[in-house]
Amino acid sequence: MGYNLKMRVWRGDASGGELGDYNVAVEEGEVVLDAIHRLQATQAGDLAVRWNCKAGKCGSCSAEINGRPRLMCMTRLSDFDESETITVTPMRAFPVIRDLVTDVSYNYEKAKQLPAARLTPRDPDGKRRMKQEDVERGQEFRKCIECFLCQNTCHVVRDHEDNKQAFAGPRFFLRYAELDMHPLDTHDRRALAQEAAGIGMCNITKCCTEVCPEGIKITDNAIIPMKERVVDRKYDPVVWLGEKIFKRSDRGTRSEEHGPA
Amino acid sequence: MTGNRTDAGVDTGIERHEYDVVVIGAGGAGLRAAIAAHDAGARVAIVCKSLLGKAHTVMAEGGIAAAMGNLYADDNWRVHFRDTMRGGKMLNNWRMAQLHAQEAPERVLELEEWGALFDRTADGLISQRDFGGHRYARLAHVGDRTGLEMIRTLQQRAVDLDIDVFMEFTVTELFRDPSTGSGGTGGRISGAFGYWRETGRFVVFESPTVVLATGGIGKSYQVTSNSWEYTGDGHALAMRAGASLINMEFVQFHPTGMVWPPSVKGLLVTESVRGDGGVLKNAEGERFMFDYIPEFFKKETADTIEEAEGWYTDKKNHRRPPELLPRDEVARAINSEIKAGRGSPHGGVYLDIASRRSPDFIRRRLPSMYHQFKELADVDITQEPMEVGPTCHYVMGGVEVDADTEQSIVEGLYAAGEVAGGMHGSNRLGGNSLSDLLVFGRRAGHNAAYHSMRTKQRPTVSAEQVKAASAAALHPFEVEGGENPYTIQTDLQDVMQRLVGIIRTEAELRDSLAEIERLKERAKRLSVEGHRQYNPGWHLALDLANMLVVSECIAKAALERQESRGGHTRDDYPTPDDGWGALNLVLTLPSDSDSVDLKHQPLPVMPDDLKTLFEES
Amino acid sequence: MSTGVRSTGRARIEEKTLRQDRWWLYPAVTFTVFTAFVVYATWRAFMGSDYYASPYLSPFYSPCLGGTCVEGSADFGTPFEFWRLSPALIILIFPLGFRMSCYYYRKAYYRSFWLSPPACAVAEPHGKYSGETRLPLILNNVHRYFFYAAVLVALVLSFDTVLTFRDADGDWGHMGLGTVIFLVNIALIWAYTLGCHSCRHAVGGRLRHFSKHPVRYRAWTLVSRLNADHARYAWLSLFSVAIADFYVYLLATGTITDPRFF
Repeated sequence: MGYNLKMRVWRGDASGGELGDYNVAVEEGEVVLDAIHRLQATQAGDLAVRWNCKAGKCGSCSAEINGRPRLMCMTRLSDFDESETITVTPMRAFPVIRDLVTDVSYNYEKAKQLPAARLTPRDPDGKRRMKQEDVERGQEFRKCIECFLCQNTCHVVRDHEDNKQAFAGPRFFLRYAELDMHPLDTHDRRALAQEAAGIGMCNITKCCTEVCPEGIKITDNAIIPMKERVVDRKYDPVVWLGEKIFKRSDRGTRSEEHGPA
Repeated sequence: MTGNRTDAGVDTGIERHEYDVVVIGAGGAGLRAAIAAHDAGARVAIVCKSLLGKAHTVMAEGGIAAAMGNLYADDNWRVHFRDTMRGGKMLNNWRMAQLHAQEAPERVLELEEWGALFDRTADGLISQRDFGGHRYARLAHVGDRTGLEMIRTLQQRAVDLDIDVFMEFTVTELFRDPSTGSGGTGGRISGAFGYWRETGRFVVFESPTVVLATGGIGKSYQVTSNSWEYTGDGHALAMRAGASLINMEFVQFHPTGMVWPPSVKGLLVTESVRGDGGVLKNAEGERFMFDYIPEFFKKETADTIEEAEGWYTDKKNHRRPPELLPRDEVARAINSEIKAGRGSPHGGVYLDIASRRSPDFIRRRLPSMYHQFKELADVDITQEPMEVGPTCHYVMGGVEVDADTEQSIVEGLYAAGEVAGGMHGSNRLGGNSLSDLLVFGRRAGHNAAYHSMRTKQRPTVSAEQVKAASAAALHPFEVEGGENPYTIQTDLQDVMQRLVGIIRTEAELRDSLAEIERLKERAKRLSVEGHRQYNPGWHLALDLANMLVVSECIAKAALERQESRGGHTRDDYPTPDDGWGALNLVLTLPSDSDSVDLKHQPLPVMPDDLKTLFEES
Repeated sequence: MSTGVRSTGRARIEEKTLRQDRWWLYPAVTFTVFTAFVVYATWRAFMGSDYYASPYLSPFYSPCLGGTCVEGSADFGTPFEFWRLSPALIILIFPLGFRMSCYYYRKAYYRSFWLSPPACAVAEPHGKYSGETRLPLILNNVHRYFFYAAVLVALVLSFDTVLTFRDADGDWGHMGLGTVIFLVNIALIWAYTLGCHSCRHAVGGRLRHFSKHPVRYRAWTLVSRLNADHARYAWLSLFSVAIADFYVYLLATGTITDPRFF
């Protein structure tokens, strides 16, 4: 049944801020976002929080709860003890705007640098044919809801602001992998993944996979396969020769894209 | 672009931008409109209240209805058209329904071109699934997250085309230039006024065309599947700009929303659960839908369990299970069961797929439903039934537009998607929304672009107009010690849920109108604390005005229409009426009043060659 | 100079992490176990004795190829006759390199030895970071070659396991406790080796069209299943190989005798 939840919520903006203590009445079956909303409606009308669907589908309400990157709408209060104080802070890899809202434009900038799908022409009947087993890998990656929790938790940029220039982050390695595995795409983005997106900076410590609310196996299914594909092109003379001489690779005749020199 | 890229000072004047087409809303319709306008050569801006890619379209689960005939060669646009009209109880704008059915397949293939990965048939074509009211399996889908796939695909396309996006931005006013020609009394559209939610900084768009793609109104109800953005902004903007709304009395209550836990009450449970074999049962374990088959659908609905069971495997020789009747029928049936005391513990009924399909099948076909119940309700849907009940889901009504161009009665003002009216008549079929977004989004964007190019002399925005708009936006800060906007919103949701819900009566509707009047008065005196930078209280105060006017439209039209049809059920007039069936109710907001006006208007008449489609079977 | 989570513009929170769970457990345990293994393996590898107790050859010393191999242990001859140091040092580079460049072990040691990062959302202590873009870490990209070598080693170890179905005199059809230990070890070695990410890539992962290569797709599906448990097999096979070696050590030093079943 209902009880009083002790919360600490970070309030402030780029110029500074602190954790504020609150007591919020909560009900059975509620999630952290409910508590934040009640706070907003009853005690702190100007508490800034980004949210949308409240069902774990849009990826807006990303924050850090007791230090762990999570979606507020998918974190049930029943996961905590009633006596426990729950600490909520904004994501700590991005600049803060106000309270729990951060400036995630880094991710949108990175999205712009990524060439979109370019498919082979349609079949004569105007349709395209792809086998289910050929689209399944990409479908897993397209489950991504762009909550950017993986980007937030990735130490490459979280702990090193200066790497943001050279590193696109796990969310976009998903995208590279999706396009490279697309059965009808015509471009080769391996060079780009290495040069522009900086996949070599990833040291596969798997935090992206750990925090993904969609359970996408980012490291095992996207980043590592993408690293292996880069190795094919760059570090494995045998495969490289094979691709050059026999042209028997399954990659087809894909035109290679390079990043800015 | 996001607001933080402009300098943060809120008092450093007003930002101005010039475009050919400004699209308000970045859901399926808005993005598709922007892409079409861009392709036609226009300079386009998309503005949206959330971050790009978060729009309510992501919540759509089931699929995109399009008669591609990948599984059933007999399917074609005529069958789809007929299903749509019958689902809407013949109140649809026939021309919109026709264009929709004809163009949907190409729109789906376009998404594939831009990178969407739909589920496939054994031959490698786009797979299609069954849904309520559709004669053939017709919904192109990706598991049960089709909306996400659609929004991501369109988003990536828009980014690829380098279209300007103004994220976390609210439009509060549309401008018209009274000195320009034929756009009715107020002149043509000349632009829009709004603010960055992040900084509170004001922005003026100068543009001869505006495309509204703002979605629906669900946040006026307590139990809804809609997100916070659904405050009827586009409906209200259009009315204040002089455009008209139609069919506002028709609000779709999706039959299956979650009823527990309280924090997710109303959250959608996709119709695919029923399409893939799930059935509805009451507390006594009875498949009650067989008791609720209406006359209108008797011929195509199975009336025994045996026949219904046969349909899942052999559709040619069996009629459809009654669980797959159109949404309005199912929602009313569930409502009756609950009222008769045969509901589940948390006030719903049971939706059972666990006892009918293998856990593997369920997890593969309905991954996000599995996830949703597991994470939010601690229910394993492969083992136990779900508890579900009706939830406010969609408004059929919206801006009255020309069927071919999507232009409203105001020159330069377009509307597409849920904010537009007419396409779905009195009830929308599942899957027809996503296709609607694509078909009419593209048409609106395309036509707006051409309208803009044909405009020789660009309409202008005057300094007085800007001044008035900014004063109106700042008004909530001026009242000291007034009411909290959250309280008024909660009260409005209560009124709408209680008095303008699934089943309506004259007395309750009259009460609701009186209540809404009182809320309007209270809203004039609300006040917000804090400042303009990312202030949710202020944002709500501005959205509240929209919710109030839209709620008034719904209640007023619902009171007027003395019959039951589709998403409008009157306890005091329980059956459809042919007279009302030939009429649209048109709502406008006269410029000198803050009360909504209502008039009757005959429905456009379907040409004879299309009429024959309804005689054959 | 503040960087990382204390960079200008980010929410000002002093703590390196606000996590309250025992996030340090995984790196601490990993550090301890790996260190213990390295110490043990170094001791055993340099020892150069007590690695063969017929019919068992320690996996650390197999194949035995150096000049000092004891009688009966060099099943493949001694091509490195000149090598006078411990024969383990000739071949141990392959399994060691395989594990050092393994995608799972990389995660484990980056977290527990280099603290980069020690755990998710816990700030790492380093000011600069370039990942695997430079020497020496860029060498991890040759993982696939170590995988090929590891397959050869695993084949040799399988051969050794077959040989354990003999008695001390070389007669076939016998079995002891050591045989069981060797069987478990080789099963885990194969589960670990075949679940390798490079293997997954080579058998089918690199394809764009599974549908055109049904056999490789099938192989990929199987490898993917093993790959999902790669971390577990990495740990278990680490233990099993050490246990197998230690068992041989105990036999060779005469501390215990092998219980024979038949």
